[in-house]
Amino acid sequence: MSAPHSEPHSAPGSTPPPAELREEVTRLEAKSATAARLFDIRRIIGGLFTVYGVIVTVAGLLASDAELRKAQGININLWTGLAMLALGLLFLLWMRLRPAQPPAAPPETD
Amino acid sequence: MHTHADLPLAVGLRLPTNGLDYAILAIYFLVVLGIGFAARRSVRTSLDFFLSGRSLPAWVTGLAFVAANLGATEILGMAATGAQYGVAVVHWYWIGAVPAMVFLGLVMMPFYYGSKVRSVPEFLLQRFDRSAHLLSSALFAFAAVLIAGVNLYALSIVVEALLGWPQWVSIVVAGLFVLAYITVGGLSSAIYNEVLQFFVILAALIPLTVLGLKRAGGWDGLSATLTERHGEAFLHAWSGTGIGEANPLGANWLTIVLGLGFVLSFGYWTTNFAEVQRALSARNLSAARRTPLIAAFPKMFIVFLVMIPGLVAAAIVPEIGTSGSDLTYNDAIPLLMRELLPNGVLGIAVTGLLAAFMAGMAANVSSFNTVFTSDIWARYVVRDRDDEYYLRFGRLITAVGVLASIGTAFLAASFSNIMGYLQTLFSFFNVPMFVVFVIGMFWKRASVKSGVWGLAAGTTAAMVNYFVFYRQGVIAIPSEQGANFVSAIVGFVAGAVVMVGVSLFTAPKPAAELAGLVYGTTSPGMTEPPDESDRAWYRRPALLGWGAVVLAVACYLPYSL
Repeated sequence: MSAPHSEPHSAPGSTPPPAELREEVTRLEAKSATAARLFDIRRIIGGLFTVYGVIVTVAGLLASDAELRKAQGININLWTGLAMLALGLLFLLWMRLRPAQPPAAPPETD
Repeated sequence: MHTHADLPLAVGLRLPTNGLDYAILAIYFLVVLGIGFAARRSVRTSLDFFLSGRSLPAWVTGLAFVAANLGATEILGMAATGAQYGVAVVHWYWIGAVPAMVFLGLVMMPFYYGSKVRSVPEFLLQRFDRSAHLLSSALFAFAAVLIAGVNLYALSIVVEALLGWPQWVSIVVAGLFVLAYITVGGLSSAIYNEVLQFFVILAALIPLTVLGLKRAGGWDGLSATLTERHGEAFLHAWSGTGIGEANPLGANWLTIVLGLGFVLSFGYWTTNFAEVQRALSARNLSAARRTPLIAAFPKMFIVFLVMIPGLVAAAIVPEIGTSGSDLTYNDAIPLLMRELLPNGVLGIAVTGLLAAFMAGMAANVSSFNTVFTSDIWARYVVRDRDDEYYLRFGRLITAVGVLASIGTAFLAASFSNIMGYLQTLFSFFNVPMFVVFVIGMFWKRASVKSGVWGLAAGTTAAMVNYFVFYRQGVIAIPSEQGANFVSAIVGFVAGAVVMVGVSLFTAPKPAAELAGLVYGTTSPGMTEPPDESDRAWYRRPALLGWGAVVLAVACYLPYSL
């Protein structure tokens, strides 16, 4: 975990000084690849909800009388499908309008 | 009014699923794996694997923070609580979550995030000593595997009842999926899946709530039916909670406010690493502070999506949870799914439920592997190896953790309500953690030795109160929930008294070593320039935090007058 040079904290029962922990985490942060290489989750949410939205909306358009009766007379597939579709498209739109910034640049989005 | 709502769901709850529903489910499972493998290339260091390199945006960590808690045990359990106790279930959200989340974001996060600790036990190592660290790490690792097991067991029972799969099939399938996507993609994969699960579960619960309300004749029809059957108090948050009065919850206002609202809730939300880990993976201090604050807003309103289905179930099946029916309180949501949802939305609901089970389990696994690797293995067993070694070990222990939780799944069977079981555990493990944290963070004099003694005393006292005094009938508490609240208070007080006592007789920590760990100090290197975009007014932590508190109080008003 810590640098190979021997430190007083190696004595059993003592605690490593906070400075050492901060240095180690800072070093790992510098090597971290997440910020640069992790994909944008908005793409997945947008994609999945668009697909789900289309599937469920179609199910709503083809709804039988029995299904409508079961759902208290509401075409719940249609409404849920349209709402999911809208959410999916909103995420894709958000990503298009404000793409993720590379970590070094001054970010203006979340 | 003690009920025996056994965990197994009624046999007659088989859902009329068809190919459409299974297609929706299959797509989800593919996406879950896809996220894991796509996140793989972002894992270069152990910090990437365990904490997403401390680089995620606040909205992602915030939604993951709420989703990590929104496991299916929580959803089914809270709907069950709603069906059994009525509107009183709101206490678990508005007093039992929001204040603690705001406290975590506004007060505690600068110490957590600023000190650069990678886990909750690591903070104890910095503030106290190795014994407090080892004890809390071991307790946490144990509890995390246990709770992951509860999730897996509950999943297998629900899937067996709803879809007809044998229990071992769903245990193996769900376990292997969680194993795969966390081992490969690390915390980023867990968090991304939680964010996705958050939206899917909303897409499942909102239609169910709408149709349920319609079925019960709207809110007016629902409240008329329930008032007639259970009395006015069933639809009132505080009615009958005076000390000495009787109410179905078995708790008075004092044990609700202190036991649930202060001790249990603060213990869970501020020191449970499965939650705090999401905030520690945020990309800067501002994002870390906003993580629980952003989570507080959805948390506040999710209660309606579980309480209303619970109430509807109580209204349309009057005998639910009694010996006159084979339906238990935990059946509330599956029952409405069967009664109301047509194929399509039904598939979304099944997917949401399974996603919630897996996310609940994954949150525990991904916090377990972090604590086991960086707090136990790297500190006490195999020290001073290079980072690649700990990254490999983290992947290995993830697999071990999943296998161990499969083994512990069966412990869940002996408690009458899933939530009661979880809360019993939290009152034993998290409450003393919270005492030690809050005293250690606010009292410089708390000595290095006081940490471990506070933890031990608090855990022991809570367990003795629950298993000896309550279970053996030494003190009379009307319900298991009430007993949990009281045990939590007992554990808190015992931990605090012992800490203060030990501190007075042992040496304090030198002031130089307390920088950044105790209220009123800051970490020496904590000078990272604030992000320009974090100055926007709607990203100010104080505004978000106090806004959440005010909104929670406002939510109470219609149910308190």
